[in-house]
Amino acid sequence: MVAVVPTAARSGASAPVAQRSSKTGYLLLFPGMAWLGVFFAIPFVTLFMTSLQAPVAGSPGKYQFGLEFGNYASAMAEYWPLFLRSFLYAGIATLLALAIAYPLAYFIAFRAGQWRSLMLVLVIAPSFASFLLRTYAWKTILADEGIITSTLNSLHLLPEGRILNTGIAVVAGLTYNFLPFMILPLYAALEKIDPRLMEAAGDLYASPQTAFRKVTWPLSMPGIVAGTLLTFIPASGDYINAALLGSTGNRMIGNAIQINFIQFRDYPTASALSFVLMAAILVLVFTYIRRAGTEDLV
Amino acid sequence: MTTKRPEAIAAIAGTMRSSVSRRRLLQAAGIGSAAMVAAACGTGGDSEASGEAASAEDMSDTDKTLNWSNWPLYIDVDEDSGVRPTLEAFQSESGVAVTYTEDINDNNEFYAKVRTQLEQGQDIGRDLVVLTDWMAALWIQNGFAQKLDKSIMPNAGNIIPRLKSVSFDPNREYTLPWQSGIAGFGFNKSAYADATGNDKLVTLDQLFDPAIKGRVTLLTEMRDTMGVLLASLGYDPANFTDDEFSSAIELLTNQVDSGQVRQVTGNDYIAALESGDVIGVIGWSGDILALGEDFGFEIPESGGTLWTDNMEIPALAQHKKNAELAMNYYYDPEVAAEVAAYVNYICPVEGAQEAMEALDPELASDEFIFPTQALLDQTFIFMELTVEQNDKYEREFQKTIGN
Repeated sequence: MVAVVPTAARSGASAPVAQRSSKTGYLLLFPGMAWLGVFFAIPFVTLFMTSLQAPVAGSPGKYQFGLEFGNYASAMAEYWPLFLRSFLYAGIATLLALAIAYPLAYFIAFRAGQWRSLMLVLVIAPSFASFLLRTYAWKTILADEGIITSTLNSLHLLPEGRILNTGIAVVAGLTYNFLPFMILPLYAALEKIDPRLMEAAGDLYASPQTAFRKVTWPLSMPGIVAGTLLTFIPASGDYINAALLGSTGNRMIGNAIQINFIQFRDYPTASALSFVLMAAILVLVFTYIRRAGTEDLV
Repeated sequence: MTTKRPEAIAAIAGTMRSSVSRRRLLQAAGIGSAAMVAAACGTGGDSEASGEAASAEDMSDTDKTLNWSNWPLYIDVDEDSGVRPTLEAFQSESGVAVTYTEDINDNNEFYAKVRTQLEQGQDIGRDLVVLTDWMAALWIQNGFAQKLDKSIMPNAGNIIPRLKSVSFDPNREYTLPWQSGIAGFGFNKSAYADATGNDKLVTLDQLFDPAIKGRVTLLTEMRDTMGVLLASLGYDPANFTDDEFSSAIELLTNQVDSGQVRQVTGNDYIAALESGDVIGVIGWSGDILALGEDFGFEIPESGGTLWTDNMEIPALAQHKKNAELAMNYYYDPEVAAEVAAYVNYICPVEGAQEAMEALDPELASDEFIFPTQALLDQTFIFMELTVEQNDKYEREFQKTIGN
């Protein structure tokens, strides 16, 4: 972003204009930077410092400035299984969301015609209700005596005899809650594709499958990457779904962070966990973007 | 528990359940705030000194207001108009305008919200708060609670004998009970009978009967769940050792690992009982009794946890006297009876039972509101823990239940 400013300055014809536009550039940048500084950079640094705090000897529950990198080791030793579970659940939810969202976004972009706007509104509409309420609704949908569970049970498809309070319910909740974040970028990407490209593929004797594989899918890649990231990242850190729809064996890392902050008031451990979560997500995301080969697109 | 409960109270119960979502929401917000707290002050706490709470200049006489924080649905409300009759009466009688906020949903969450201000010696903007025993005790230990001026609270003497003296406040110098309750067994009568052939759930063995595997929930409140477990193992929850606690944890671990325990929850268990997902629970007396005839509440044979939510005045509260006037008012037996008729929990005020005779004779003989000595003998008050013990036990417990 910073590079933009000198470029703009250089392109100016005369010196006074250049000076003015450079100032304008910085001024325009200011609100965003200030926002980032106050709400991201400062909390980020203090969170990091909190994660290194040491307990005050003799007064439990109190912490002071320190360089306790051991906080990370002990937090990881205790909670690594929850990290794995979080990424597993978030990963499955992301794939499911992609599988559900792609056909839907494709339909809205190419086939919905005059219903397009209405369908987009319908995709977003559930978000008007609170995240929490929607998750609560799933407790009713998946209830033991509910229609879904009893049907599946009569077919003997459920090993535990229930869906609610199992890992399945947590993944289902995650998938549902973050689905709009998958649909919208996919739609945006698909909608931009010129239909004539697909026609051209057909003219060049590509079967519909080949045309999809060679034209549509690659061109929708930015949407896929954006959608999977927008789904996977919040899903990894989510704790509401695990708390409401899961059981004792389905807690995710967000639950551990919550319990450390609120229940144990162990701010260093909670901060360390938050940091590891951030770092792990960053690494996963970078690896993913590289493998997806879309550095230019994001 | 039949009178005047049916529809209206079922509706209230419904709202109470939905307050669960509010509770969760607040917890979510709590995380945000805790993170901010941690981030903003690096958990500070250096300026905090144990001992006597600081008091501010009392503005009560010039500024006739009172800021009161309490738990949701914990005071009488007139269903039709939405006003709180006893609170209205207090306001017109005393001339004090009360801002009554139902913003305490969880002891830890509330503490996380106000802790930094308390530690840095700032007014938390509340003159009266209602906290469960162990949290009330923590506030007294840390010097966050002000001593009450009993001279303007003649009614304070009406406290029932069982609650007159507690370990954290032997002479009730800092606290007065708001309501008490019992953690014990709740069950869906017909589903429980169908599954097990028993008509009452009174022992832990019955709760952990494989016939109701996966249909059982426990409470996240460590003292309530572990108290019942400790007692059922033959230990004294009011006085136990580390080893005894460990054996109770082992028992819990087995039941969690085997899948007997479906979930460990806060208020959520009520909705699960109502929907039929859950058959037997460790839950709170007032909540389960409010569910009506189809559900039973029993104090475990080996004993249930008796807990109390206490009124306390935070350090530096600006309207201490007004808070004391309100406490005094709610210790008037007639007023206490009105509140008790609504909330279903144990009324801590002597004489309220007689007052209830006039209001609703059936409730007056309700032993979960006005417990007999025999019933109280079935309960115990959980051992007072040091901060270190609390930390250790809380962690062991949370780890066992998957956190």
